[in-house]
Amino acid sequence: MDSTNTFIQTIPLEYFIILSSVLFCLGVLGVLLRKNAIIILGCVELMLNSVNLLLAAFSAYKGNGDGQILVFFIMVVAAAEVAVGLAIISMMYRNTRSVDVSIFNKLRG
Amino acid sequence: MENLVYAIILLPLAGFLINGLFGKNLPKIFVGSLATLVVFASFCIGVYLFCQFDSDSQPVIVKAFEWFRIGGVQINFGFQIDQLSLMMIMIITGIGSLIHLYSIGYMSHDKGFYKFFTYLNLFIFSMLLLVMGSNYLILFIGWEGVGVCSYLLIGFWFQNWEYGKAARKAFIMNRIGDLGLLIGIFIIAQQTNALDYLSVANNTSKFSVDSPVIIFITASLFIGAVGKSAQVPLYTWLPDAMAGPTPVSALIHAATMVTAGIYLVVRSNFLYTLAPTVQSGILLIGLLTAALAAFYALRQNDIKKVLAYSTVSQLGFMFVALGVGAYTTAMFHLMTHAFFKALLFLGSGSVIHAMSGEQDMRFMGGLKKKIPITHITFLIGTLAISGFPLLSGMISKDEILVSAFAKSPAYWGILFVIAALTATYMFRLYYLTFHGEFRGTEEQKHHLHESPLNMTLPLMVLAVLSIVGGFINLPHFIGHGHYAKLTEWLKPVLTDESFGQMEANIAGVSFNTEMILLGATVLMFFAVWFIVKNIYVNKKKLALPENQYTGWEKLSARKLYIDEIYNVLFVKTVEGLGRAGKMFDKDILDPAVDFVGEGAEDSGRAMKRFQNGNVENYVLIMSLAVGIILIVNFLLQ
Repeated sequence: MDSTNTFIQTIPLEYFIILSSVLFCLGVLGVLLRKNAIIILGCVELMLNSVNLLLAAFSAYKGNGDGQILVFFIMVVAAAEVAVGLAIISMMYRNTRSVDVSIFNKLRG
Repeated sequence: MENLVYAIILLPLAGFLINGLFGKNLPKIFVGSLATLVVFASFCIGVYLFCQFDSDSQPVIVKAFEWFRIGGVQINFGFQIDQLSLMMIMIITGIGSLIHLYSIGYMSHDKGFYKFFTYLNLFIFSMLLLVMGSNYLILFIGWEGVGVCSYLLIGFWFQNWEYGKAARKAFIMNRIGDLGLLIGIFIIAQQTNALDYLSVANNTSKFSVDSPVIIFITASLFIGAVGKSAQVPLYTWLPDAMAGPTPVSALIHAATMVTAGIYLVVRSNFLYTLAPTVQSGILLIGLLTAALAAFYALRQNDIKKVLAYSTVSQLGFMFVALGVGAYTTAMFHLMTHAFFKALLFLGSGSVIHAMSGEQDMRFMGGLKKKIPITHITFLIGTLAISGFPLLSGMISKDEILVSAFAKSPAYWGILFVIAALTATYMFRLYYLTFHGEFRGTEEQKHHLHESPLNMTLPLMVLAVLSIVGGFINLPHFIGHGHYAKLTEWLKPVLTDESFGQMEANIAGVSFNTEMILLGATVLMFFAVWFIVKNIYVNKKKLALPENQYTGWEKLSARKLYIDEIYNVLFVKTVEGLGRAGKMFDKDILDPAVDFVGEGAEDSGRAMKRFQNGNVENYVLIMSLAVGIILIVNFLLQ
């Protein structure tokens, strides 16, 4: 563990921050621009995982495991969320033969 | 003793409950007899208790239960039986049962027969509560109870809009007086820590004569009396109260309820004796009322309106007596007035019954032969109220005149003129109704008939009472006061100071003066009788239509326009306030409330377009917002 930490600490922290920011922005843009529900779901995962990456990096630099524990929580929640999300998407597909989110605007006020 | 006291008051209540709950399905004769019998039974018990009592007996307090205790004041629900309450009980239930009996005949064709007797029983119950209660609070319950019954019975024929309005007028005017009474009761409780008559009477030593507190208390109580007993300025409801059935006018608006004010003042004599200022006020208001009402009665053409104003005027006489501190005299006149005024009202009811509902005297006349019993009894009532020698009204009124003379000859002079007016309007009423030619329609003439026995019997009983009623309190120059039974009887009710004040007042009048005054009154009576008879019988002068009245006749017929003045001063003011309130509500409050509601609706409608169900939009807005927050945050640092 210690050796892994020492190895990671040789990479500057800024690299992790920039990488996660780029990944997060890609996720946001994906959610904003794509119409396919499955890709949107994937982009959401991308955003979550960019945050996970950042948490793991900070955890390594600080030398304690708190951040990594939080990462596990996020993973579990994300898995549950994806299970529910995919179930919804598959129901949507069965009913409309489409996964295009722009036609699902039944919830408008 | 205790059970009998409960029985007196619970019997009418039982009658009220039975008739009120089941009366609709019971035969009329049962409803009427039950209502009459319960009141008569109360009367019999009252007489029995009366026989147990003499003028030395101590008051009997029957405590039913402790009602509540607040601060240091303990209020019991209890009854006080003493000379004064026994006298009132006998008047109420005695005249009450006669009038119940009369009503069986009078109301026999009415749809609301059972309702009428229910209300009458409730009235008797409330009135008994008023006079039997051992403290001011129970008096107040009864006071309000009789007010409600009065309201219900004035508006008994509520399908007639005018009658309903008369009922409301009576209720509202009484309410003004009731407020005064209530305030008086509060101050008594605060000052003496008690409301029982006996405890309050024992605590009066802390009040000095004419101190502000005692003046405030007595004046407040008197305002209550002014409302209930129809004195200036709260008298205008009583003539309108004639909208009710005639037996109601006789029982409530002549014999009993309106005398509650007199009872209240006599009951509180221990307070009034300490407030000579208020006593003078009572005297002046009594004089003014007696004079005004007698003046109005001169040119009223509705037979009941004349009697109503006569009642107001006679109540004024009683207040004059109270004002000069002659408490027993006021009670004496209360009693004789109850006899002859109930007689006159029931007589007028019998006339109206015979005339198929006609109340205007200008369309009567010549009824003497057609309804002989009513005529004779009515004549007795007229003579009694006008002051025929030795009839009840003459003896009691003479006592008031003498008491007033002892105070000041000027008061006597005014009362003397009012007594002359009394005789004038009563004989006008009598001659217009019973003498001359019949002036009604042929149909009415065909229907003319004497009333049945259950209506004429009360008339006869009351006529006898009107004749002999005065003998229980003969003027004290006859037999040196030994025959003034009523004064002796009521003596324990008055405190020594009150009684002393009364004695001292009368002592100033010598035997000769009293004889001269008496002679003057009797002469006046015969002179008035002669003149009025001359005008209305020999000259056959009949009442003119109201639009031909001029000068004082118009003022009398229109009651000095007091109703109109009140209308402008109070009714219009309140209506104006109401209209202003309506405007405030409609033009200020309503728009304000609407603005809140419409604002929420409008903003909702505006926000609605963001809620278009398009998930991408939501995300876009969310990310933009996050971006903006970040940038702002960054700039602020």
